Amino acid sequence: MTETTGKPQDFEQAAQASGDFAVFEEEDGNRFLRRIQHFLHTYPTVVPFIVLLTGVIFFAALVGSKFFAPFNLSLILQQVTIIGIVGIAQTLVVLTAGIDLSVGAMMVLSSVVMGRLAVISGVPVPVAFFLGLATGFACGLINGTLVAYFKLPPFIVTLGTWSIFGALNLYYSGSETIRQQEIAAVAPFLQFMGTAIKFGGARLTYGSILMVMLAVLIWYMLNRTAFGRHIYATGDDPDSARLAGIDTDRTLLAVYAIAGVICSIAAWALIGRIGAVSATAGGTANLDSITAVVIGGTSLFGGRGSIVGTLMGALIVGVFRNGLALAGVQVLWQEFTVGALIIVAVAIDQWLRRVSQ
Amino acid sequence: MTEPVLQARNLVKRFGRVTALDHCDFDLYPGEILGVIGDNGAGKSTLIKALSGALVPDQGEIVLNGEKVNFTSPMDARRLGIETVYQNLALSPALSLSANLFLGRELRRPGALGRFFRLLNRREMQRLARKHLADLGLLTIQNISQPVETLSGGQRQGVAVARAAAFGSRVVIMDEPTAALGVKESRKVLELILNLKRRSLPIVLISHNMPHVFEVADRIHINRLGRRLCIVDPTTTTMSDAVALMTGAKKPPPEPTAQ
Repeated sequence: MTETTGKPQDFEQAAQASGDFAVFEEEDGNRFLRRIQHFLHTYPTVVPFIVLLTGVIFFAALVGSKFFAPFNLSLILQQVTIIGIVGIAQTLVVLTAGIDLSVGAMMVLSSVVMGRLAVISGVPVPVAFFLGLATGFACGLINGTLVAYFKLPPFIVTLGTWSIFGALNLYYSGSETIRQQEIAAVAPFLQFMGTAIKFGGARLTYGSILMVMLAVLIWYMLNRTAFGRHIYATGDDPDSARLAGIDTDRTLLAVYAIAGVICSIAAWALIGRIGAVSATAGGTANLDSITAVVIGGTSLFGGRGSIVGTLMGALIVGVFRNGLALAGVQVLWQEFTVGALIIVAVAIDQWLRRVSQ
Repeated sequence: MTEPVLQARNLVKRFGRVTALDHCDFDLYPGEILGVIGDNGAGKSTLIKALSGALVPDQGEIVLNGEKVNFTSPMDARRLGIETVYQNLALSPALSLSANLFLGRELRRPGALGRFFRLLNRREMQRLARKHLADLGLLTIQNISQPVETLSGGQRQGVAVARAAAFGSRVVIMDEPTAALGVKESRKVLELILNLKRRSLPIVLISHNMPHVFEVADRIHINRLGRRLCIVDPTTTTMSDAVALMTGAKKPPPEPTAQ
């Protein structure tokens, strides 16, 4: 900041006298609030963490040892598993400023493909399983192609494919359920995710372990690879990302395809959880996954959020539902609470976004 | 006279019935700052987009270091060492400084970790990002992992310039770098531009701000009605003459001068 370079105009010299360039100026009022805002902006997962902690303490106080019983805690984890896995898929899509309403339909369609091929058609189980995964992948590719290359809004695309995948599912399954015993007889592998490690009164299912492993894998992808950064950049500001040299269309296609595969992995956990293959299972997975993502602090406007947040979001919903149920609160008030949590989460997101202005 | 680093001859670009570039020429010489000015609609930004690969001209040729080039995307231009600082900066607000500096060309760890596990070399990128920012005297930006959205307008411009300087081996193009900035921040950015020049990196500066252009440019390319009207020397031409030329109030000298 000296006069050695160029020929600064007179009016600029007046400005130079008044201190340094680009110092963060802070208003005196609200400094405390701004500091909190800044802290949460830097560490956004702190919010769902605090909510989760508050929920646990609150219900521990309200219903006591019943809530903390190992069996109950492991029950919450089991209830959260499917939504957690689908939520991981949803997180990826939401990070690109999109939304995937077809996650539930992709999961159920994949589970029906796995179940029917293995049990009804007698296809070798590994082949049936693989074709189930391929179904999710293909569904995701369709979503991704329509969003990335046909430039259609993700909401509309996945609203449409939700119905389409749902219809294909009903056509292929004939709305029939494949019962638990039938699967256990020929394809116990499909139910593997429902088996549990028991210690004390707790039951830790392999499905829950699968969820955690998947979360670690996707966390790594998002935070430690270039592709992950491109996902954030694409959701944050697609034009800038493109100018910076990122192939945003390919990134979007890959994200939807990966989301499809994750949903078909969720299908495996779903078969394990309910034991059977039902064409009508997982009906609430769509909105529940969006709920988990939003409560977990991932912004629906893209570019910010995390897998850890989503897992906590899913756990928050699980803890509140479970705690309220143990406390004898009616289901309708459980829904009421979850609704309020969603609105609070979005309000916090909006507030944090203002840090940049 | 030395050879131009970047040269364009007879560039034509039409958008429907509008001819944005009408046989436009362009020359950038080594180590110079070339100001590009022109009234609205004179074809400045179309010319710059053609040079940076953001759009493909209908006719004409672009020559970089004596070799004819055909850019079909900004990536092509970048690969050949032409970096552009776009007016919107092309930064990703939620990502950190170092992530933005390396956006689209991230470094991976050497060996199997990088090749098979695609593991980013975050430490190396942070080290280089710190170095690039320090080279440009931008050490007021302390935390290399803070998100870009927490920076002021001038600091963001600084990050975008640092990115261009770090990767631009031949030419840096700056599109209205001071348009969105206050007086003090503009001053800082002008210093950055002179700083780049001292590293003998040729710079194309597109700006509406006459005082800024006249202060730092070595030569000024005036575009009018889609073509190069003339080249003037900022030390012998006044700003009002340049405006008169730009708007057509004054006729240009017969030959392009100030080579």
